[in-house]
Amino acid sequence: MEAKGVQIDLISEDILSAMDTGDKIRLILDGVQMGNVIVLEKGLTPDEEAKLIQTTMTEISAEDFSGIEIESYPDRMARPTWVDRVLGRRTVRNRLTVIGPANKMKTVKRDRDHISTVVYQDDKIPDGQQDGKTT
Amino acid sequence: MGVIDKIKSGFSGWMKKIFKKEAARIGIYGPPNAGKTTLANRLVRDWCGDAMGAVSEVPHETRRAHMKKGVNVQHNGTSLSLDIIDTPGLATKIDFHDFMAFGLSEEESKRRAKEATEGVIESIKWLDELDGVILVMDATEDPYTQVNIVVVGNMEARDLPIFIAANKIDLPESAPTKIASAFPQHQVVPISALEGKNIEKLYEAMASKFGG
Repeated sequence: MEAKGVQIDLISEDILSAMDTGDKIRLILDGVQMGNVIVLEKGLTPDEEAKLIQTTMTEISAEDFSGIEIESYPDRMARPTWVDRVLGRRTVRNRLTVIGPANKMKTVKRDRDHISTVVYQDDKIPDGQQDGKTT
Repeated sequence: MGVIDKIKSGFSGWMKKIFKKEAARIGIYGPPNAGKTTLANRLVRDWCGDAMGAVSEVPHETRRAHMKKGVNVQHNGTSLSLDIIDTPGLATKIDFHDFMAFGLSEEESKRRAKEATEGVIESIKWLDELDGVILVMDATEDPYTQVNIVVVGNMEARDLPIFIAANKIDLPESAPTKIASAFPQHQVVPISALEGKNIEKLYEAMASKFGG
């Protein structure tokens, strides 16, 4: 019998920096909807994360896809450049981010600098292991 | 956000600061069941004698954003005119089975789940239209959720004012200090929106953050 496993895709910062937001989101959601876990060496910007959530919501379907589990550390702010000041924005230093299917991945413990996650091989987190929340 | 949008947004921010537009748009954000609508109701009731929306223990009770215009908040001589937007709870996953656990039928659960996804999209769209945010967190829950991090990150990236209302301090298991240590760069105001506990502190924070 063939052993079942979970595919983990580790995406380098170099690949990510050459992609636009739409391509990054597509890469993530295509992988996650195939049941894979995606690890981004350099995470998404806050704006990209918001767009990822937005796109995820459009693709949720009752039977096939309930959304994503996404984990990263709180953002760090970079020192603003003069361009940032003119545009009234602050630059965020993105950090490592892990994204997986909500029905397979469960955060066990999370604090400022430590995240523990369990990834289940089966299609669904076993009963009693779910937090029962749509967050 | 494209470069043109960023320039527009930055310019618009400058214009608002220079001309002090009459009513700032303040969004009430947070995960489902954090108490956003309970807080919005208290704010609107305290300053307008009105109500904002229905509350429920079932997640995603608020599935459309509601705006109350011209809410005049006064604190220690500071008078603010605000447009308050009560937003649907933000989430990265919505599973209709979670609604069935509250006794809803499968059909009703699927409908509610669909509406909840639309609500999340609407909440995120509103982020581009705001002048400030009150991020409501349930002080009995783990504050390190991705939606909290996304809201904080988006407001920081836009350099817009935000503070955190650590809600449900009427419950014995609440731990607002955990929220303060999770987001040390932001003011945390422990409140009970349900009982009105510390609500004056919340108005003080609003005057300080949104009145400058």
